[in-house]
Amino acid sequence: MATKASKSAARLMMAPAVTLLLGWMLVPLTMTLYFSFADYRPLRATFEPWIGFDNYVRFTSSSSFWDAVTTTLVMVGSILAITVVLGILLALLLDKPIFGQGIVRILIISPFFVMPTVSALVWKNMMMDPVNGVFSHVSRFLGATPHDFLTQTPLFSIILIVSWQWLPFATLILLTAIQSLDGEQLEAAEMDGAPPLKRFWHIILPHLARAITIVILIQTIFLLAIFAEIFVTTQGSFGTRTLTYLVFQRVLESQNVGLGSAGGIIAVILANIIALFLMRAVGKNLDA
Amino acid sequence: MARAVSTRTRFAWTALAWTIAFLMFFPILWTVLTSFKTEAEAIASPPSVVAFDWTLENYGVVQERSDYMRYLWNSIIIAGGSTLLGIAVAIPAAWAMAFVPGRFTRDILMWMLSTKMLPAVGVLYPIYLICIELGVLDNRAALVVILMLINLPIIVWMLYTYFKEIPGEILEAARMDGANLRSEILYVLTPMAIPGIASTILLNFILAWNEAFWTLNLTSVDAAPLTAFIASYSSPEGLFFAKLSAASTMAIAPILILGWFSQKQLVRGLTFGAVK
Repeated sequence: MATKASKSAARLMMAPAVTLLLGWMLVPLTMTLYFSFADYRPLRATFEPWIGFDNYVRFTSSSSFWDAVTTTLVMVGSILAITVVLGILLALLLDKPIFGQGIVRILIISPFFVMPTVSALVWKNMMMDPVNGVFSHVSRFLGATPHDFLTQTPLFSIILIVSWQWLPFATLILLTAIQSLDGEQLEAAEMDGAPPLKRFWHIILPHLARAITIVILIQTIFLLAIFAEIFVTTQGSFGTRTLTYLVFQRVLESQNVGLGSAGGIIAVILANIIALFLMRAVGKNLDA
Repeated sequence: MARAVSTRTRFAWTALAWTIAFLMFFPILWTVLTSFKTEAEAIASPPSVVAFDWTLENYGVVQERSDYMRYLWNSIIIAGGSTLLGIAVAIPAAWAMAFVPGRFTRDILMWMLSTKMLPAVGVLYPIYLICIELGVLDNRAALVVILMLINLPIIVWMLYTYFKEIPGEILEAARMDGANLRSEILYVLTPMAIPGIASTILLNFILAWNEAFWTLNLTSVDAAPLTAFIASYSSPEGLFFAKLSAASTMAIAPILILGWFSQKQLVRGLTFGAVK
C-alpha cells in the first residue's frame, strides 16, 4: 500500500530520530574508546594519546575490578531473585478475588514511582537508621539490639532498598501476564482434580515464562546501572562498589579518565552481551 | 474468571493482600507522617504514629532554607521539556515505521532499543567534557536534550506499538477519499493516536522526573532538579528527619499521583510492547 512518495516521506520522518540517536551513541562512545587507550589525567595535565592496552590491563588486574564484578553480580543476582520470586507470588495474590483490589494495586505499585535518591534516603534514615529508624524501634520493642544496617550489612541493605523499588515492576508485569491466561484451561485442570501446586507448575508457570524472561532482562539493564542508591547511602564503601560506581569514581572522582574509560568500555561490552538476549526476546514478539 | 469463591476465602485473600500492600507502602506512609512532626517528635522513641501535634512548619523551612520551588521548577522544565522534545522527534519516526514499514524498519527499531542499553557510565566523561566545552555544564537545556536522547528509544517504541494498533484500512479509506498525507495525519490519525500519545507523555515524564544519573552528575546549582536537591540531604550536617521527610514528600507527591494513573502504560512502555 505504500507508494514511492510515501516511502521517501517516511525516510524523511525517521531521519531526525535516527540521526540524533546515532550521534548520541557514536560520538561519546568513540571518545570513550579513544580515551581508553590514552593516559589521560586532566588534573595532572597528563595526556598521552596512545598507551596501548595498558589501561585495560591495569583496570582488569586491579583487585577493585574483581571486587566490583563480584559485588555487581551478587547485587543484581539477589535483586533479580527477590523481585521475580516475590513478584510471582504477589501477582498470583493480586489475581485472586479481593476487596479493594484497585487500592491494593496502587499501594503496591507506588515504590516504583519514588525517585531513587528519595527511596535511598528514606530507607537509610527513616527505616534503617540504628537510632531513629523504624527497624530499630521495632527491635527495641522486641527487646533486641538494633541492627546498624548500612554499616554492618551494607550490601544487603542496598539490595533491600532496590528490591523494594523494583518489586512493583515485576509484580505489575507478571500480573498483566497472569491476567491474559486462559481461565478455561485452569478450570479444566481444576475439574480434573489437579492440585493448586501442580496447576501452578504445569499451567501458570509455563505461561509466565516469557514475561519472567522479559522482567529479568529489563531489570538487569537497569540494575547494572544502579547509581543514586549507592551514591547517597555508602558512596561505594564497605563492599558496595559496583562496576558502574567504580567507573564513576575513576572518571569523575579521581579523574583518571584513561583508566575509567577502559572500565567504561568493559561495562558497555558486558551490558551488550545481556542486551543481545533481551533483543532476541523482544524481537520474537515483533513477528508475532 | 467467574468462579464461585466462598466469602471466607475471599476475606482471607483480602486480609493477606492488604497486609502486604500496607508493608510495601509503609516507608512512603511513614515519611509522609514524619513530615508533619516536629524534629523532636520525629526522633522520639518510641515514635507516635498519629497522636502528635501535626505541623506544617517543616514544609516552610524546607522551602525557605533550600529554595524548594527552584528545584521543582527545574524538575518540571527538564522532565517536561525532554518529554515534549522527544515526542516531537518520535511521532514522525513512529508514524513512518508503523504505517510505511520498509525492509529495515525492524532493524531500526531493534537498533534504537539497543542504544537504550548503553550503560550511561560508559559515556559519562565524554558527555561531561562536551558539556564543559560547550559551556553547558549545570544547564537546564543540556539536560533537556540529554534526557530526551535517553528516553527517545522508549518514546519511539511506545508510540510505534500504539500506532500499530490503528487499523491500516482507515488510512486507505481516507486516501481513497482524496486525503493527502498532511490531512491524513491531522484528521485521521491524530484523533485515534491521542490516547497513546498521552500515555507515552505520562510515562516518559515520570521516567525523566526520576532520572538520577545524569541529573546528579551534570548539575550543581543552577539546573539541579529535585533528585539532586534530595541528594544534598544525604550529608549528615544537613540532616533533620522531619525536614528530610517534608522534602521527600514534596519531591515524590506529584509523580506518585501521575504514576497511579499510568500503571497500564507502564507495563507496555517498559517492556517495549512485549507484554501488554
